[in-house]
Amino acid sequence: MSVLLEVKDLVVRFYTQEGTVFAVNGVSFDLEEGETLGIVGESGSGKSVSSLALMGLIPSPPGKVESGTVIFEGRDLLQLKPDQMRLIRGKEIAMIFQDPMTSLNPVLTIGTQITESLKLHEGMNTSQSRKRAADLLDMVGIPDAYRRLDDYPHQFSGGMRQRVMIAMGLSCNPKLLIADEPTTALDVTIQAQIIELVKQLKDEFNMAMIWITHDLGVVAGIADRIQVMYGGRIMESGSSHEVFGDSRHPYTVGLLGSLPRLDSSGEEKLTQIEGSPPDMRNEPEGCPFAPRCDMREMLQLDKCWDQRPPLEIVPDSTGAVTHVISCWADIREGVAKHV
Amino acid sequence: MSSQVMEHTARKSQADDDIILSVTGLKKHFPISSGIVFQRQVGAVRAVDGISFDVVRGETLGLVGESGCGKSTTGRTILQLYRPTEGSVKFEGQELSTMAGNDLRQMRRRMQIIFQDPFASLNPRMTVGSIVSEPLQIHNIYSNKKERQQYVEQLMEKVGLNPYFINRYPHEFSGGQRQRIGIARALALEPSFIVADEPISALDVSIQAQVVNLMEELQDELNLTYLFIAHDLSMVRHICDRVAVMYLGKIVELGPVDAVYDNPQHPYTQALLSAVPVPDPGVEESRQRIIISGDLPSPATPPTGCNFNTRCPVAFDLCYQEPDPPLVEVLPNHFVSCHRVT
Repeated sequence: MSVLLEVKDLVVRFYTQEGTVFAVNGVSFDLEEGETLGIVGESGSGKSVSSLALMGLIPSPPGKVESGTVIFEGRDLLQLKPDQMRLIRGKEIAMIFQDPMTSLNPVLTIGTQITESLKLHEGMNTSQSRKRAADLLDMVGIPDAYRRLDDYPHQFSGGMRQRVMIAMGLSCNPKLLIADEPTTALDVTIQAQIIELVKQLKDEFNMAMIWITHDLGVVAGIADRIQVMYGGRIMESGSSHEVFGDSRHPYTVGLLGSLPRLDSSGEEKLTQIEGSPPDMRNEPEGCPFAPRCDMREMLQLDKCWDQRPPLEIVPDSTGAVTHVISCWADIREGVAKHV
Repeated sequence: MSSQVMEHTARKSQADDDIILSVTGLKKHFPISSGIVFQRQVGAVRAVDGISFDVVRGETLGLVGESGCGKSTTGRTILQLYRPTEGSVKFEGQELSTMAGNDLRQMRRRMQIIFQDPFASLNPRMTVGSIVSEPLQIHNIYSNKKERQQYVEQLMEKVGLNPYFINRYPHEFSGGQRQRIGIARALALEPSFIVADEPISALDVSIQAQVVNLMEELQDELNLTYLFIAHDLSMVRHICDRVAVMYLGKIVELGPVDAVYDNPQHPYTQALLSAVPVPDPGVEESRQRIIISGDLPSPATPPTGCNFNTRCPVAFDLCYQEPDPPLVEVLPNHFVSCHRVT
């Protein structure tokens, strides 16, 4: 497999009236063809902003991509002119957003909205594009597809709207699909329907996917690789088995400990991470997790406050060089000390 | 009819327990009207459509279901924030549905609510101190200003807020801290029963555990009874003793959490539980999902027969003909409303 997307040292800031927001502070990752990457983080962790940045969708002003490169099939997307970028957006890279009601235009029929990119990118005429749009709707499981092309978004339920968004995203056979919390606004039974649909379509279309979410459960079932973000930085990244089964970053460990499990009775108390997420208006100096980190406290590490830990391969990883963390502490040392 | 069966069996099995709240045949229908000048009712949204259950003192009863199933309306109707269309709500032996005015206000000292959205449920122009002390003013407790402030500071400490912040405004706090303010306000009158209406779903994952742990500590300390309304099924298993699963305004399954989660009887509960993702890739790979097709029908026009028959994978003739399968005790304390099971 070859590398499809290569993000290096991405830095994004927002210059607002209340001060500078340091949204993304040096994020690097690769994505291979056909791979599914799950990006997990809480609100304000920079997970959505970094994916908007690589689509060239950061509102500017106030936002600005300060530095970094995004290499997609040999081209740096951040250097492209707007009209060149437009040829890639929707065609090579497509995106599905969280709330299908606000991301669909309420005054246009869904037929108009799906055929727009088909006409623009594939040069189809009206009847060709309508036929293709109906095929797409049929594929994502919307009954009576051809007739429903003339319906407006409000005539669809939440789950059906998200299916329309998916059909729209897939319309030009993209090589990469970015899904930004696509199931967060949906109920669990509908979420299960959508996840099942996306999994099946991903194989059919053979595309790579970035799935952004705050729900660790959702990515566990769908992603090949997981990347945990906090305070605009990557904390831990690895195959989903490595990140969930052998977590090495104190934040990942804390996050998993604070989640109750559906499949075990919850007698024991949840371990909680003290404090609250960082205020992104302060320029990060050391590790963003330092104020809440129990490992830092336990091991008395002072450099966490003023030195950024690099993203390095975990100590004595079991052969896999894909499992990396950004942490000064060796968590096993802390655990050993604690016991 | 279903409510009577349920009532009989539920009462019998819990005869020895101290029942704090008893809901019988509760209905809440919201009218749909038409016409601009001469309004007339053309239908009703059957948000809650005949439910019955008891809550035992000191326990946490979970109320789960998808959005639109009537779980929040149930919580609010119990507290008489909505007046019930039909049915009875008995709290500590007194009937609430016919109570009004000052009597009802006095009862509100014993039952409180924590709201979902800590950003919308706190008045942005009031300080924390005045938010938490407002219930005290209304009920005329602590006429001495100094004593009242001391009590508010105690409450803030109890929920993990620094009393130093008593004069700050809600926007100066994070989501988790705001929810603590909401909890302090609910506790101010020393209630025995609290309806927690999705108290953690607007919070970040790492903050949810903090608030849940706080709620559990307070429950032990103050002997509180919770009605915990949520759609996060994993959290419900963690915090609740018993759980009631709602679908389209009705309870379809009710029982101790471990019994319901390990051995769900109703096809809807089975599908709902199988749809919840587990944060463990090993488990996820081997899990068998029951995907139910379609969407929730509108509560204004529920299907004839069993409510779930439009999406049920195992529905048969009876499910389309016979309305309302009764809630029947199929295992000890485990009630199910399904023609397949009973």
